[in-house]
Amino acid sequence: GDPGLPSSAMYPLEMEGNSNPKTTNKPKYSKFTQQELPACKPLLTPEIVIAAFALIGALFVPIGLASLHASRQVVELVHRYDASCVPVDDKVGFIQNSRTDKTCTVTMTVPKYMKSPIHVYYLIDGFYQNHRRYVRSRSDKQLRYKSAAHLTSDCVPEGDTADHAPIVPCGLVAWSLFNDTYTVRVNGVVTQVNKKDIAWKSDKNNKFGKNIYPSNFQKGRLIGGATLNESIPLSEQEDLIVWMRTAALPTFRKLYGRIEKDINANDNVTVVIQNNYNTYSFGGSKALVLSTASWIGGKNNFIGIAYLTIGGLCLSLAMGFLVLYMVKRRNFGDPSNLSWNR
Amino acid sequence: MQRFVYINDESCRDSYRDNRVSNTKYTLWNFLPKNLLEQFRRFMNQYFLLIACLQLWPTITPVSPATTWGPLAIIFIVSASKEAWDDYNRYLSDKKVNERRIWVVKDGIRRQIKARGIHVGNIVWLHENDEIPCDLVLIGTSDPQGICYVETAALDGETDLKTRIIPSICADLSSEQLGKIKGVVECPNPDNDIRRFDANMRLFPPIIDNEKCPLTINNTLLQSCYLRYTEWACGVAIYTGNETKSGMSRGTAEPKLTAADSMIDKLTVAIFIFQIAVVLLLGLAGNIWKDSHGCKLWYLMYPAERPWYDFLVIPLRFELLCSIMIPISIKVTLDLAKGVYAKFIDCDDQMFDPETNTPAHSANTAISEDLGQVEYILSDKTGTLTENRMIFRRCYISGVLYGDKTGDALKDARLLNAVSSKDPDVVKFLMVMALCNTVVPIKSNDGTISYKAQSQDEEALVNAASNLNMLLTSKDSSGIAEICFNGSKFYYEVLDVLEFTSDRKRMSIVVKEVKSGKFLLLTKGADEAIFPRSCPGEQTKTYLEAVEMYSHLGLRTLCLGCRDLEEDEYKEWSKKFQDASCSLDNREHKIAEVCNSLEQGIHILGITAIEDRLQDGVPETIKLLRKAGINVWMLTGDKQTTAIQIGLLCNLITPESKGQLLSINGKTEDDILQSLERALTIMKTALERKDLAFVLDGWALEIILKRSLESFTKLAMMSRTAICCRMTPLQKAQLVGILKSSGSLTLAIGDGGNDVRMIQEANVGVGISGREGLQAARAADYSIGKFKFLRRLILVHGRYSYNRTAFISQYSFYKSLLICFIQILFSFSSGLSGTSIFNSISLMAYNVFYTSLPVMTIIFDKDISEATVLRYPQILLYSQAGRLLNRSTFAEWFGRSLYHAFVVFLITINAYADEKSDMEELSMVALSGCIWLQAFVVTLDTNSFTCPQITLIWGNFVAFYMINLILSAVPTLQMHTVMWHLCNQPSYWITMALIVAAGMGPVLALRYLRNVYRPSAIDVLQQIEQTDGHAQAPGNLESSTGTYLDYLLTDLRRNKSSIHQPLLSDSASSR
Repeated sequence: GDPGLPSSAMYPLEMEGNSNPKTTNKPKYSKFTQQELPACKPLLTPEIVIAAFALIGALFVPIGLASLHASRQVVELVHRYDASCVPVDDKVGFIQNSRTDKTCTVTMTVPKYMKSPIHVYYLIDGFYQNHRRYVRSRSDKQLRYKSAAHLTSDCVPEGDTADHAPIVPCGLVAWSLFNDTYTVRVNGVVTQVNKKDIAWKSDKNNKFGKNIYPSNFQKGRLIGGATLNESIPLSEQEDLIVWMRTAALPTFRKLYGRIEKDINANDNVTVVIQNNYNTYSFGGSKALVLSTASWIGGKNNFIGIAYLTIGGLCLSLAMGFLVLYMVKRRNFGDPSNLSWNR
Repeated sequence: MQRFVYINDESCRDSYRDNRVSNTKYTLWNFLPKNLLEQFRRFMNQYFLLIACLQLWPTITPVSPATTWGPLAIIFIVSASKEAWDDYNRYLSDKKVNERRIWVVKDGIRRQIKARGIHVGNIVWLHENDEIPCDLVLIGTSDPQGICYVETAALDGETDLKTRIIPSICADLSSEQLGKIKGVVECPNPDNDIRRFDANMRLFPPIIDNEKCPLTINNTLLQSCYLRYTEWACGVAIYTGNETKSGMSRGTAEPKLTAADSMIDKLTVAIFIFQIAVVLLLGLAGNIWKDSHGCKLWYLMYPAERPWYDFLVIPLRFELLCSIMIPISIKVTLDLAKGVYAKFIDCDDQMFDPETNTPAHSANTAISEDLGQVEYILSDKTGTLTENRMIFRRCYISGVLYGDKTGDALKDARLLNAVSSKDPDVVKFLMVMALCNTVVPIKSNDGTISYKAQSQDEEALVNAASNLNMLLTSKDSSGIAEICFNGSKFYYEVLDVLEFTSDRKRMSIVVKEVKSGKFLLLTKGADEAIFPRSCPGEQTKTYLEAVEMYSHLGLRTLCLGCRDLEEDEYKEWSKKFQDASCSLDNREHKIAEVCNSLEQGIHILGITAIEDRLQDGVPETIKLLRKAGINVWMLTGDKQTTAIQIGLLCNLITPESKGQLLSINGKTEDDILQSLERALTIMKTALERKDLAFVLDGWALEIILKRSLESFTKLAMMSRTAICCRMTPLQKAQLVGILKSSGSLTLAIGDGGNDVRMIQEANVGVGISGREGLQAARAADYSIGKFKFLRRLILVHGRYSYNRTAFISQYSFYKSLLICFIQILFSFSSGLSGTSIFNSISLMAYNVFYTSLPVMTIIFDKDISEATVLRYPQILLYSQAGRLLNRSTFAEWFGRSLYHAFVVFLITINAYADEKSDMEELSMVALSGCIWLQAFVVTLDTNSFTCPQITLIWGNFVAFYMINLILSAVPTLQMHTVMWHLCNQPSYWITMALIVAAGMGPVLALRYLRNVYRPSAIDVLQQIEQTDGHAQAPGNLESSTGTYLDYLLTDLRRNKSSIHQPLLSDSASSR
């Protein structure tokens, strides 16, 4: 509905192109405006579709096998210790009591040769790092810029101390930093767990300031998790950096460190755990994971199985279509043989 | 209410507005508020504003408010700047008009002022070819007889010249006196009727003639007309500025909503309700989870004391999270696509008419889809189906049928002999042909005479008469007409013109033969208007037979007659006529009555037969359109026999053996109603193969509409063809209204001013820029040069537009639902707290950029080629019945988005579990999964790939990676280095391939099974196109395909009203 008609109605002579026989109003020809661009019109013919499914199947099955193989190459030791490390029934009381000795020793036997580096993870289950109240309770600016220490408005309820001094690093994420520690012995020999370079390099360089030191951290009435050494800048607090890269799912592993020594099969791995972190009050669980890595990452059979399933399905679809094509032959483009009744 | 205009009196200048013409909608000051207000009248915009405002509350917003404010602002700026640009152009053209220099008498002095400075009562001087600046009452011209000519094309579209005459009391004024006269014009308040002006004028001393002089439209010069063939003219300004008749008739047309649009609106509402339900459910579940479980999570530190609105927080968060279910971009995308469809129509060189040099034009860019869904075409006859190029072919004078051998009376030796031997009957007949009209002869400098006529028939008659040596040489303003017959000159004084109206169906003039002083009434008109008024004892039977015969040949007949008048009788009548002409109320009726009293006892002279040839390609076009399942009706002002004849000629109705014509007529009202019921019964019981049509005339329709609208509607819905003759413009519009109200999509096509109402009433109005001027073309949504282009307009442009809009709209919902379902699935693993899995940048770019470009490629898509569509026009049924955009197709898309959401989410969280489950990474994996699927979905649903399509679909895909790799370089963003990490992982690419295979595999398999084992007609035609290309025994294939398709499509048609047509069954309630 263009109400602008009057403007043309005012000047009827300008509109009448036929008053001048030399000018033609014929639209200029171009393949584009005439919608005549050369086009390719692939049809879903039986040949193409059967070939496509067969091809997908043929590609997916080997990829699936390779992935599955890679995943099986990974040696992984998972040891859940949350229940076994608390000797009493009142687990929450035990963990919240700062005076009790929370040392706990677990022993595992390595089933297969583990090639270094061996990743040491802590696994937490039932911890909602992706909860909206949690995930947004941080101040990225404060972590990066010295001058932004006061920017704690997003960090409620862990923004400022009672006397309005900004907490660095502020927010629930930092406040709930994981604080179990592991000491690893292989066959009784203390083995170094290297905690260097466990965080993303880009995080260390760009997201956590080199000149920002923790202050007022864990000084409030409630202590959440680990404390931080106030003389080390945030960019070197790698445990914090790892922790603050929040997990998307309530079950997650985070890198604790690496063992840079091979472990042989049947070796005994003894881990002394300082069991400080409270997963008991919300019914979560904790585990220690030792794992090697392959090109596909850690141990994850999902991709391999999914690929094999899809590849298999595609192959059987191709077969099925082929049989159908043979049995109920349709003359493509000659539809007279078809019955239309539904 | 009356308006008193004091001529040349500066003291009354302030009582009415000046002549500033303004067509603008906005001013500089009110643009922003008014435009915003207008935009916020739309439900969608209100909804998005609410969402955007809610996002300003940091507690509930899952992402940065920019995700909604940004797109919203873009949408607003786009529509506002379009409005502003249009308005600015209107302002410029107004300015041009307002600043023209016009000669005006001010304070007794004639001087040039700007057009906007003219006030009511001013005397305005115009020169030849000037545009008239405001509505004037003519008071003087350069012509000694007080005549001037105006071209009214801009006002009513009629290209012929009109004569305007000064009122009698101004007749003897000299040009000096004109500048000084004082007086008063008593006229109605401004209205938009360009055919009526019932007013009076009185002049004051010193020109003492205190008589009231009647004024009619013939004494006016209306704004935006042009003065022609007149050296100068002057008049009194009566209406100025926007109050002129042309100003008042400019209405802002209500924007039309297409059937596809209303379907989209309905789907939007459905999605909105679904969204509310989802939000309430998740909100409730979220609150329960928080109270039962969330409070135990020490690391969330829920305070013991919570604000009162706490229970609202989670539902509102979900509302914001789910707000993307309704795609914010759909309106912009669709508007853009519709603009392109309109451009395709404008640019189509196969719809260019070289004869009249007119390309097709779509004035309304918003309704192209409706073209593809047309169910009824209501067509005018004259000028639309026919060429409207009247040629005198035959005549019947005193028992002789001239021209029945050669088909051209002008070449009939008998007639030529009769003319040269001055057969008195023939001479009289020719005299009526030459005189009884309102034709203006214009003598050019080299002496040749051309005729300017308002009616094509009159022009044909005058031209034919001149070919038969009866030459109308001049007509001057005092009413003396000069006729030259066989070289000798005759003079007649035209005393009165009893004008033609569609009710009277005749026109007459009263002339005085100057030599003998005899008074004559010359009449011409439709046979049924003349025969009843013939003098008693007249042998009308033979004339009737002649009329019948000519009608059967498809010729337009006129009956000519004359009557000798006594001087006394005329004088007496003339007085009554004068009174009637002066009356202010009900003038037309009174005049008709007075005219009727004179038009009695007419001596019939003969019958003329004029041929109006069918336009090129009309029969083929109508056949094709009917084959496409469109019901074609003919609405004409012409008489029944001619209309039926034309109907037969142009394939509208089938001859007796295969078809049957049900006539609805009768002498009394009851007769008519009975024949209507009879027609209805026949229609119900008739065999399907038989081609039934009904015929009725204006009178019957009037009675039916009054007394039996319901059965008529039933009949109308069943009848594929109808011929309605003797229709007034209003009745044409009423018929359109009846069809529309019963839920059918109507297209009205016409060429003349009498079709404007029907064109405006119909869902789609098409105007033919024809010989009757541009009025219809201006009022229409589309204008074309010839009727035959309708086939391309509907079958090619309409169909493609509908298909494309169907895809674009449903795809827009699909991609929004996809991302929304992923959010919902994610919320189950984030403690129902309303965390957004995607970051703000991704969300915004997803809607505005990543997904809107590939979908636009569908505007180049063609499912089957134009040639195939024109070969199997039945395929239009698919768009006509709304097969591609309805609840079931939408349900399919809905299901697909749900399935794809599950695929993307489940694969992502399983492949990126444990140590890889970093929020940023997982979010980017899910997003890229969506983008991969998008590209394949568009590819699978595209039927033909052209360069721009391939470029846009896969270019967009590449652009996604480019953009995210670049964004990963920005250290301040949360997604810093994330994309680099991912692209280096083999598992990322393996995951993508998995998502695509799992997402597209079933879709492809289902599509294949349907294509091959239960194909739709579109699929079959696509296959035929391909196999035809390979040239496999074309002859054999042709026949079998033809019958199969016939079967297939008739089968479809039988099911038409069943469940497969949600759009159709709904549309009744929607309108």
